[in-house]
Amino acid sequence: MIPTWAQIGYLVSAVCFIVALKALSSPRSARTGNLIGAAGAVLAVIITFAAYKPDHLAPILIALAIGTVGGVVGSRRVQMTQMPQLVALFNGVGGGAAALVALLELGEISSDATVSAIATAFTIVVGAVSFSGSVVTFAKLQELMTTRPVTFPGLPVLFVASLLGGVALAVWLVSDPRVWVGVLLCLLGLAIGVMLVLPVGGADVPIVISLLNAFTGLTVAAGGYVLGNTLLLVAGTLVGAAGTLLTKLMADAMGRSVFNILFGAVRGGSTLGGGTASDRPVISAGPEDVAILLGYANKVIIVPGYGLAVAQAQHTLRDLVEELQGRGVKVDYAIHPVAGRMPGHMNVLLAEAQVPYDQLREMDDINGDFKTTDVVLVVGANDVVNPAARTTPSAPIYGMPILNADEAQRVIFLKRSMRPGFAGIENELLYDPKTTLLFGDARDSLTKLLAALKTV
Amino acid sequence: MSESIALLTIFVLAAFVGVEVISKVSSTLHTPLMSGANAIHGVILVGAIIVTGAADSAIVVAVGLLAVVLATVNMVGGFVVTDRMLEMFKGPGARKKELHK
Repeated sequence: MIPTWAQIGYLVSAVCFIVALKALSSPRSARTGNLIGAAGAVLAVIITFAAYKPDHLAPILIALAIGTVGGVVGSRRVQMTQMPQLVALFNGVGGGAAALVALLELGEISSDATVSAIATAFTIVVGAVSFSGSVVTFAKLQELMTTRPVTFPGLPVLFVASLLGGVALAVWLVSDPRVWVGVLLCLLGLAIGVMLVLPVGGADVPIVISLLNAFTGLTVAAGGYVLGNTLLLVAGTLVGAAGTLLTKLMADAMGRSVFNILFGAVRGGSTLGGGTASDRPVISAGPEDVAILLGYANKVIIVPGYGLAVAQAQHTLRDLVEELQGRGVKVDYAIHPVAGRMPGHMNVLLAEAQVPYDQLREMDDINGDFKTTDVVLVVGANDVVNPAARTTPSAPIYGMPILNADEAQRVIFLKRSMRPGFAGIENELLYDPKTTLLFGDARDSLTKLLAALKTV
Repeated sequence: MSESIALLTIFVLAAFVGVEVISKVSSTLHTPLMSGANAIHGVILVGAIIVTGAADSAIVVAVGLLAVVLATVNMVGGFVVTDRMLEMFKGPGARKKELHK
């Protein structure tokens, strides 16, 4: 079996992963933590080659090289705004790999190893769910398909029937481990994954990525059980547990339950509002007027959103903030936990523009400050300042904690159009008499604002 | 059977560790943490190598190699992209230093 030195090596890898997760919880140690995790993974691969002495060495090394090139190129090329999609994609291929490994293990299982067979069935079906679910998530985030919830009348029935069918096939597989039953189970898992993610609205999709991430962790753990490999067991379980908790933390930040996010649309409860783009009057102004509002304020809070990132305007925003600070205006960034398209996404985007993270203030910390703020500048955000979350029980975002921008003296929105936000609902704050709108691409508007600010 | 119990024990303890180590993470780091955890489960690569290395039919080798490629993309891509994100997280004063360079 596996030699003792290899077991100890795997233990070292496992400890690396634990240290990595721990270090990733704090900005100061996060980068080191990630490198420790990577070192643990490399160690694990080297040990595997040395201890198992696998046949087909050359093809395996070539496959490794192909995967490495693919991974590096993909992660180097991606823009920070597309991060959620990429994480979804990486997660999907991991789940797919786990399902394939389990399928191949089917041939090796003796008929009396019931627990192994159960773990194998679990890995196949959940790995497949994770793969196809991630692919649909990717398509939604990349806007290859509609970001709205997709449901059809028979969906709940079909979904439940597929789940029952999955259980039945899994039982069959456990009593009689045949490869073709495994393949059927895998195909059914793929269908379940698609049906699981289709009804989830675009704004909630990141929660699903996190959930599927936890799923993949658990499949890796089950795969480790089947192979009798403690490293896979520990690493998979770690990710499964941490991923589950992270999913819950993210859902809490959105004021939703995970169950509601997954099945809300299916139950017909909280589908999107009609997106009634009304032609009610709004107050709009030019850059000069807005620059005067900002330049003569004492205290300004910036609320950045995904629109900022799409326009690649983070750097211009940072320049504007530095100009304001130079004039003695106190400026803070208010970061909603789900600003951007994924929890914590906005922090990454602003970090890219070299905004020091101590200027970024979290929602709970800054929400009391809006009352004493002269001007709130909302750049490319919408849903996270929508008071409907507090006032309109029928709104899909009802109950989501929001930034209290409406409590400030004045609110300025930089918006491209009156199109509703990602959640697809109207924002009353836009029609408030204290709100001023500056229409245009975020980068254009910020550039003009910056120029205007230097002259007032 | 005792090996099964040992593996079950490891599973349960690891689950507690997993919850414990990230229980105090700030929302600032949710994205890199998700991405980092994502990279860690790429260690299924180890399983893919073991299965492929023990294979004796061409089709099993082919499927196994596909699993190796997918798992490697997950693992390598995950760590690289997490590093790219974290590289940008800078503390107070870091920008000034950069300007003075």
